[in-house]
Amino acid sequence: MTERGDGVEGMPDPVTKQLTTLRVNGETHTVAAEPHHTLLEVLREELGLTGTKHGCELGECGACTVLVDGVPLLSCLTLPAQVRGMEVTTVEGLADGPRLHPLQTAFAEEGAAQCGYCTPGMLMAAKALLDANPQPTLEDMQQAIAGNLCRCTGYTAIYEAIAKAASGGGAGAQPLRRTGAGRASASHT
Amino acid sequence: MTLARTRVRGGVGESAPRPDGVPKVRGEFPYASDLYLEGMLFGHTLRSPHPHALIRAVDVTAAREISGVRVILTERDLPTRERFGLMKRDQPVLAEGRVRYAGEAIAIIAADEADQARAAAKAIVVEYEILPPMSDPIAALGPDAPALHEGGNVIDDVLVVHGDPDAQAEVVVQGEYEVAMQDQAALGPEAGLAIPTADGGVTLHIATQWLHEDLGQIAPALGLPNEQVRLVLAGVGGAFGAREDVTLQIHACLLALATKRPVRMSYGREESFYGHVHRHPARLFYEHGARRDGTLVYVRATIVLDGGAYASSTSAVVANAGCFAAGPYRVPNARVRSVGAYTTNPPAGAMRGFGAVQACFAYEAQMDKLAAALDMDPVVLRARNAVEDGDRIITSQPVEGSEPVANLLRRCAALPMPADEVAHPLRAGRPSRDPLLLPGGAGNLTHGEGIRRGTGFAAGFKNVCYSHGFDDVSHARVRLERTDSGIRARVHTAAAEVGQGIVTVCQQIVRTALEVEEVIVETPDTTIGSAGSSSASRQTWMTGGAVLAACREVRAALEERALARGRAMDELAALLDEPIERSVAWRHRPTEKRDGHTQNHGHVAFLFAAHRATVDVDLGTGLVKVVQVATSQDVGKAINPQAVVGQLEGGIAQGLGLAVMEEVLLRDGQVRNASFTDYLLPTILDMPPVVCDLVEHPHPDAPYGAKGVGEPPTISSTPAIVAAIRAATGRELNRVPVRPDDIVFGTVARSGWRIVPGSDPAMAARA
Repeated sequence: MTERGDGVEGMPDPVTKQLTTLRVNGETHTVAAEPHHTLLEVLREELGLTGTKHGCELGECGACTVLVDGVPLLSCLTLPAQVRGMEVTTVEGLADGPRLHPLQTAFAEEGAAQCGYCTPGMLMAAKALLDANPQPTLEDMQQAIAGNLCRCTGYTAIYEAIAKAASGGGAGAQPLRRTGAGRASASHT
Repeated sequence: MTLARTRVRGGVGESAPRPDGVPKVRGEFPYASDLYLEGMLFGHTLRSPHPHALIRAVDVTAAREISGVRVILTERDLPTRERFGLMKRDQPVLAEGRVRYAGEAIAIIAADEADQARAAAKAIVVEYEILPPMSDPIAALGPDAPALHEGGNVIDDVLVVHGDPDAQAEVVVQGEYEVAMQDQAALGPEAGLAIPTADGGVTLHIATQWLHEDLGQIAPALGLPNEQVRLVLAGVGGAFGAREDVTLQIHACLLALATKRPVRMSYGREESFYGHVHRHPARLFYEHGARRDGTLVYVRATIVLDGGAYASSTSAVVANAGCFAAGPYRVPNARVRSVGAYTTNPPAGAMRGFGAVQACFAYEAQMDKLAAALDMDPVVLRARNAVEDGDRIITSQPVEGSEPVANLLRRCAALPMPADEVAHPLRAGRPSRDPLLLPGGAGNLTHGEGIRRGTGFAAGFKNVCYSHGFDDVSHARVRLERTDSGIRARVHTAAAEVGQGIVTVCQQIVRTALEVEEVIVETPDTTIGSAGSSSASRQTWMTGGAVLAACREVRAALEERALARGRAMDELAALLDEPIERSVAWRHRPTEKRDGHTQNHGHVAFLFAAHRATVDVDLGTGLVKVVQVATSQDVGKAINPQAVVGQLEGGIAQGLGLAVMEEVLLRDGQVRNASFTDYLLPTILDMPPVVCDLVEHPHPDAPYGAKGVGEPPTISSTPAIVAAIRAATGRELNRVPVRPDDIVFGTVARSGWRIVPGSDPAMAARA
């Protein structure tokens, strides 16, 4: 039995790059990219904005979430042509120079980033939530990031971080202790 | 004598923030797949679509013609015949005339653009002679099975005999159990960047769990001395065992050396499923005997682990499954046979809690069966038999430095229960529950009718650190220096930060031991000695121990300097006109090698945890909602409580995945679901609240008593959840993950083999 490669017939056409104009994090970029390349690929490979991650390439994991005119979008399922004239925000555009966005501060402080690979996508999904709904309930938060997989944390630290950012992170923050005694009680024996 | 004039913040015991936290939330942390060099090439792998075949010919002529393709390598082009593998070097770098699993690498390509490399892979013509797959590990052990490797299909075979292996008892329960294949599913797929160096060697920036082990496999395969191969840890997007094995390391280096150009390889999700090892699927045959009062008399078990096409860490998984087969209980008599088999399934290797996870699912199901047979409370039965210091496990090794497991069980049972009762629509005056919170969630499948709630318990244990005489060592270099802005310390180790937080642990230990707040953790690489792997829950114990030892040497040198100069210890600015730097190699006390029957005192220490799970089950659809998980775990000392809780919650999420969601579906050796569309990971909607009870019973040999915490959350959470589903449904549920059919129709998994627990599976008869 003879097989060609991994069993897929046909050869791709020669690569033809096209010029695309993108608005990303407040700046206009003109990039030469293959027309079939996704927004994710163009951001990472052409613009060097590697903060946006690839995790599954099929729109399942949410690691590639960016905001397009404020709405969370999976950049692995989006072509640059679809966002022409629209404002794309990536994780690199979240902080105001040295000043972190409250979500970034809360994620760093609450242990919401372990390996951190899901973090950029989580942050963008959470920003869209808080922009639309500054005082979300637990259920609102769960729905907002239900499309973002995290393999490290078990999610608790993530929604505690979102809750902290939502409440301004100050003394008035409502701790989201769910059932019973809370997250941890240590004892010495 | 103190060095600092004010209390140093961020030391041992505090929830200090991670040093890589801010770069990670800024999107600036450089993961392996983010690395880029001007002029670098893109690597790609051609893999076999067949699980078992002979390769008659490989024709790369057409592929070479594709624009941008710089090199295509097949096994004929390899510089050496060296094989690779974690504990047994049995895997060819590129298939040599035969493929043993679907996904085995056949050729590698480097091209100017990733698209071109992929196109070239499609243009390579391979002529296969297809052989029948051997996908049943018990069949593979049989006397008539064709050998997949020289020496047969047994990768390792462990017999644990304890007391009277043929003991008899008043009450006997038996069971056959199955654990399916789980994927580590780290969110960052495998990636690395290989850069050729002027001396003819190569530098590899790689996301891995163990730089030096990789080095030891890469350099011989390249035909280079170790000195000409340098590894640097790139950002790691999760690991969970999958990065203990070599995946693209050798391939990327080969392509870089062949083209004299930097080459980046980066798997997509589908390739990641084919490219790395998975958790061992297992078949387990158990018999427990007890007195009528619930005292355990014996355990007999046969455990067959499917190692897949290549050995990887199967021998350690086999040993663990055998060693931990009876659970954290006093069992005076035992016979356990644990065997790992080669098959033509994807290779199995390390995943969080390996060997212990498979056994725990079976022995905890058995404990519940026994409790039912004795009409005893499952927690009471467990507590009556639970080990404490001085008790011997079935390999004869005594438990030391641990919280009594009965205490963990009782504490766990006493943790608060979830508040909500299941609401039944027929119950007067009570509204039905929000369907979003019920099994099926947004599917809106029930408003509370047909829902049953159940609660279950499990306890588990595992070794920490390396075992069985392995020279377990970690190296650390600590430097105390004066800078323009003050005093700071630098710490250098080769310990892989994979998300667990060893970088924070190292900082915290230095802060406490040297009373200096600014601590820089340098990038791990192979210019320093090995730290061992970020696995076996061992880095806090081992690299934490090495860093602490190095700090003590630095401190002693400082004291000596102060004494010689007649200065006080806190006059650091004057004392550190020259920096003080010390390097140490740190080892835990030696462990004994395995022998034929007991494994002896093979481990340095054990980790224990107990879990309680509460579930709602929809009897009509078979869907499960885990409502709450509570856990008591002996962590020794929580060096960073926030990070410890993160390990517990994250580990429980993976245990939940194995209980009700996650399975690499195999049919005749083919993976049927190599995507996150079809391989289901727990989302935030699947994850329940977790109640964590950290029990700090310090181990005398560990730094600050800290035992390592990564694996126990994954070991006994799975059986606790399945016990809860059994309690809710009355179904047998002898297999994980539990599928809706198992609940609705009461499907029971059967291997099709009759095996007397404790017997040699090679003698199995067809059922």
